[in-house]
Amino acid sequence: MSKCLEIAATALVASGLLAAPVAAEKFGLGRAATPDEIAAWDLDVAPDGTGLPQGSGDVFTGEEVFAEKCAICHGDFAEGVDNWPKLAGGMDTLDHEDPLKTVGSYWPYLSTVWDYVNRSMPFGNAQSLTADEVYAITAYILYSNDLVDDEFELNHENFIDVELPNAGGFIIDDRETAEAHFWTDEPCMTNCKDSVEITMRAAVLDVTPEEDDNSDDTAQAASPVEEPRAPVETAALDPALVEQGEKVFKKCKSCHQLGDGAKNKTGPILTGIVDAPIAHVEGFKYSKPMQALGENGAVWTEAELAAFLAKPKAYLKGTKMSFAGLKKEDDIAAVLAYLQSVE
Amino acid sequence: MSGHSKTTKPSRRQFLTGAAAVSASAVAAGTARAAGDPLITQVQDWAQATGDGVDATPYGLPIEFEGDVVRRNVEWLTADTISSINFTPIHALDGTITPQGCAFERHHSGAIELRKDDYRLMINGLVDTPLVFSYADLERFPRENHVYFCECAANTGMEWAGAQLNGAQFTHGMIHNMEYSGVPLRVLLEEAGLDTAGELADKWVYVEGADASSNGRSIPMEKALDDVLVAFKANGEALRKEHGYPVRLVVPGWEGNMWIKWLRRIEVTAQPIESREETSKYTDTLADGTSRKWTWVMDAKSVVTSPSPQAPITHGLGPLVITGLAWSGRGAITGVDVSTDGGKTWQEARLAAPGTDKALTRFYLDINWNGEEMLLQSRARDSSGYVQPTKAQLREVRGLNSIYHNNCIQTWWVKANGEAENVEVS
Repeated sequence: MSKCLEIAATALVASGLLAAPVAAEKFGLGRAATPDEIAAWDLDVAPDGTGLPQGSGDVFTGEEVFAEKCAICHGDFAEGVDNWPKLAGGMDTLDHEDPLKTVGSYWPYLSTVWDYVNRSMPFGNAQSLTADEVYAITAYILYSNDLVDDEFELNHENFIDVELPNAGGFIIDDRETAEAHFWTDEPCMTNCKDSVEITMRAAVLDVTPEEDDNSDDTAQAASPVEEPRAPVETAALDPALVEQGEKVFKKCKSCHQLGDGAKNKTGPILTGIVDAPIAHVEGFKYSKPMQALGENGAVWTEAELAAFLAKPKAYLKGTKMSFAGLKKEDDIAAVLAYLQSVE
Repeated sequence: MSGHSKTTKPSRRQFLTGAAAVSASAVAAGTARAAGDPLITQVQDWAQATGDGVDATPYGLPIEFEGDVVRRNVEWLTADTISSINFTPIHALDGTITPQGCAFERHHSGAIELRKDDYRLMINGLVDTPLVFSYADLERFPRENHVYFCECAANTGMEWAGAQLNGAQFTHGMIHNMEYSGVPLRVLLEEAGLDTAGELADKWVYVEGADASSNGRSIPMEKALDDVLVAFKANGEALRKEHGYPVRLVVPGWEGNMWIKWLRRIEVTAQPIESREETSKYTDTLADGTSRKWTWVMDAKSVVTSPSPQAPITHGLGPLVITGLAWSGRGAITGVDVSTDGGKTWQEARLAAPGTDKALTRFYLDINWNGEEMLLQSRARDSSGYVQPTKAQLREVRGLNSIYHNNCIQTWWVKANGEAENVEVS
């Protein structure tokens, strides 16, 4: 086939793909989606505002909501905590050696912020924000990037008037032209360069994880010398409840670890938390009210933990824990059983 | 074997006598001067006692001696392990199919548990009839089987600025290759009807997962109607939880982030949604600060998996199997060249089987190693005429801040003692 014919054939195939499937076979499978079902799942918002619900929120409200629900990871000023994303700053750094990509410096569309906060945040408690809260948080993120003043209110009407600084900073994939020279067909096979020198070595950086962590050999070698453990006082725990608690604990896992190798994350290690002094975990930075409770000698009894887990913010105003609380008493009992089951 | 047992069944008495005789000779062999490998000259436990019964392992895992062939993560890469990634142990695998149990995972809100009974797939937007399918509905559509690689766009992303991670698992392990069984997305879209969408050339489908991250991507209609699969089996069995059980999207040749797991919704739209994962992430910033978007296709790439830092040469001089993987999102691998001198000279490797579209290809180069140092490289070529570039060539066009789509030629410095290290060469 000549090149020309080949191209024509390709074009036909391409247009065939996109032709409306006139007599497509129907299988009669599935059922019609109800309008309520579509409304429940079809939440995405496009750059032109398609999909945006009515509502509003101002910077002031946004600051409060952000402090309560977002700051634990993203920082009070959207500057980011540890490795969690920074949402503000980094203006004019995109051509620097290490660009700081934030909503202000990088994101092209405000709709993306609204959509992502609405559907995917807060981490570990997604889809718990009201539309007004999302407007307020979005307004606050704009403010923290110096893009609006502190009087600003964002709503569904002025939404598409907001243009982000880097809106024009993107081009559509141009590899086929900008990198056309990679389509060389016949690469060099001999005498491709005069000399070869090693210019950089990974061993010098030494950032590769050690392999032994998962090795079965070490696990086997370690077990015989392990000290016999004292009998675990879990006789009273109902295994079914513990199992249920392990499932409930998934809601906690994004911030808390427990058991072997547990580390402080967004929240403190929870191993042995039941009947432990409040704010006892070393190396974790508790909120001031939590710290004060601990200094007064308060203890996480089952009753205290149950009250805290039901409504953390009501139990202790000012706690850093952004979790909304466990609604079901069964879940609280189960998670307490699970917490006691792990050594 | 004597003909005796074939013709007459041995009596119980004969059998017992025979067993005693064998065991006596075994003792003799063990104590007396047997010349040779005791693993051969002495009767071993496993050759004498019995092994596990067929009821011991209803679903089998690899034997304990392979306990180091596992996914690994790099703790400092991400803020936590729930929105994170781990790596396929490609240095220890052969062939092309990745076992599900060690195929890399990338989650944005952790791997969720979603029962088939609780599974729903909605098609809405610009379709004639918005539909909801149950899992059982999906299994009643005509099905196809295809082998495709799935590579995260960030694979090798830590190596842009220099040689960083010391192991093929870490530099190239954000990839797996499986045989998928599923229904073409085209069939499901046609079931909902596309007349309402009108002209299809400028339409999109937005696909979304059921997990808390609600990860969603916009795919142009042309691709959606081409080779995208709604898959529910991989390598013959149900998808694993971590790969989107019970249903995931398979977007052949395109970056892994688009392969939506726990697929719950497909919306036909008039425009791309420009979600977080297609604007703030998975866009490639060039040296001048502008960024490429919609860089969906994974370019041709290859890597030597052994020898490599985690798979050193331990056998000394002589016959050595150099092996690796090659793939391209633009078509089939047509050839792989290997260099042992850092790219001065190249020789064509042997493909274990002819390359197929958008799937891993295994290559081998069988050499007689003389114990000299090697700067080992591989270079893939694909059916579009593309040749895998060097890191310098890539940097020339893209700078150092692209993060994604690093398909450069990799160099392992194999030393005289057989150890290997990730290096960069001039």
